[in-house]
Amino acid sequence: MLNPEAKLNPKIFDADLEQKPIRHGYGEGLLIAGETDKNIVVLCADLSESTRSLGFQEKFPERFVEIGVAEQNLAAVAAGLGVSGKIPFISSYAMFSPGRNWEQIRTTCCYNNSNVKIAGAHAGVSVGPDGATHQAVEDIAIMRVIPNMKVVVPCDAIEAKKATIAAAKIWGPVYLRFAREKTPVITTEETPFAPGKAMIYWQSKKPEVALVACGQLVYHALVAASELEKEKIGSIVVNLNTIKPLDESVIHEVAKKCGAVVAVEEHQIHGGMGSAVAEFLASKFPVPMEFIGMRDTFGESGEPNELLIKYGMSVGHIKSSAKKAIKRKH
Amino acid sequence: MIEPLHDRKLKFLEEKAVHIRESIISMLLEAGSGHSAGPLGMADVFTALYFHSLQHNPRKPDWDERDRVILSNGHICPVLYATLAHAGYFPLHELKTLRKLGTRLQGHPHRGILPGIENTSGPLGSGLSQACGMSLAARLDKKRHHIYCLMSDGEHDAGNIWEAVMFAGKNRLHNITAIIDRNNIQIDGVTEDIMPLEPLRDKYEAFNWHVLEVDGHNIPQIVSAVNEAKAIYEKPTVIIAHTIPGKGVSFMESDFRWHGKPPNRAEAKQALHELRTLQEKITSEHQ
Repeated sequence: MLNPEAKLNPKIFDADLEQKPIRHGYGEGLLIAGETDKNIVVLCADLSESTRSLGFQEKFPERFVEIGVAEQNLAAVAAGLGVSGKIPFISSYAMFSPGRNWEQIRTTCCYNNSNVKIAGAHAGVSVGPDGATHQAVEDIAIMRVIPNMKVVVPCDAIEAKKATIAAAKIWGPVYLRFAREKTPVITTEETPFAPGKAMIYWQSKKPEVALVACGQLVYHALVAASELEKEKIGSIVVNLNTIKPLDESVIHEVAKKCGAVVAVEEHQIHGGMGSAVAEFLASKFPVPMEFIGMRDTFGESGEPNELLIKYGMSVGHIKSSAKKAIKRKH
Repeated sequence: MIEPLHDRKLKFLEEKAVHIRESIISMLLEAGSGHSAGPLGMADVFTALYFHSLQHNPRKPDWDERDRVILSNGHICPVLYATLAHAGYFPLHELKTLRKLGTRLQGHPHRGILPGIENTSGPLGSGLSQACGMSLAARLDKKRHHIYCLMSDGEHDAGNIWEAVMFAGKNRLHNITAIIDRNNIQIDGVTEDIMPLEPLRDKYEAFNWHVLEVDGHNIPQIVSAVNEAKAIYEKPTVIIAHTIPGKGVSFMESDFRWHGKPPNRAEAKQALHELRTLQEKITSEHQ
């Protein structure tokens, strides 16, 4: 059943559940954070509408900087602002930032320890018709590998808003990852959120497998959990909203309780959230693990749901991976 | 406003530049690796900045109103380290730790561990962008300090630089003065063979920059260009400083093979001998 402490949307499994792009929460969060902290500056690379920094631009034009289609400059200008007392947020599509400007992020933001926040929109294959060039499925890997960087992947628009506000208060570089498409709003304003703190969203009485998910697929993991429950298979669903630093105590706890884990993410299975979980469990509490994600391949054009099915990230795939992981325990 | 150069001050600066060159040779010999030509070529520019033009206080490296010096081509850091030490940011004897395990003088400069370092650099082409960020921050805070960005000519091959050149021109970032070390060499050879940059002046002018050209070994010219740049309020200024790589050491001058290697013991001895002769020449000329 849903964890009552998570105070999730009671309509979570209803057909008329509200849907909203996760990136909209970023725009709303920027407005709130920008109101209270005058040092927040927003930089954009010719994508202010789709990355939702437009609202900030309208409200605080003096603190909005248009960089143009120049992502390397975007990161390094922000690095200069971030060591001068400002809190710059840079936004673009994840494929371009942090995709194209990785070295500037490593050297001028992270090694230089500048207070830069990076928002990567349009992450995952669910970007859809734009095709593989615009579907970032490597960004978690390339961000979490850099020292000083923190990585946050919100599961819906409300969590994205909270994560944006929280990122402004964390010193140092933070990567925020957002999906493009409308995503079910599964949390509420009351749902607890703290960066670095994983939250259990679903807890069966006798859990046999832990579904550890991040981003837009947290909803899919919850649907899978409720369907597994009907088949008398108990599970735990963890929203692992922060991939770095990893909430090791929650991961340890659920692995111990369940004895099997399925990692669920819209990202390459190599180097992503599942890898982060596996790195920890392999050294502390090894259990059978299955991975939902892209399997060393690029995406393609298509509707988001068609792509999730084709590339093995649907509710059905999560359920069969869960059963496979349970079987491997014996 | 920066004071004009009197003859006594000029002699002081010229002698200081020679001392800085001597330190560069000694520290590179000790390190056993690193770049020789670029640091020697920029010794006069660094001397003019740190011992005359900059608003700074070595005893208060975090002073908020200080002018910022962004070194974009981090590999010439021996000249930055030597200048900072001579200016009093840290003890001179620490120069001998260059590139050694545990040192604050990393092979390429790292912000936060050594007083006076404003940015981490090494990978080329990103310094001007960082200077733009610092310029915007100063503008938002209505601060009057100036931002100097020192760049190499060879690193202008990098697209990131031109993104920043466009950005600074568009936003009329007049509190930025870029200084280009126009020594015409890069690792693989002569810049105009590797990737032609000329007409460099026209390129900057087309991007809405004010352009000055100086002899990068003529301290009065450097000082007056820096003064002029501070007086321009319409646009950013770039000073193209024509320098001789390896300047002051005859067998290193204008030879691209000295871009990325240090002297051995015999070569260092010869170099220090030549620099001492230069020192004596300055002393006698100003008497």
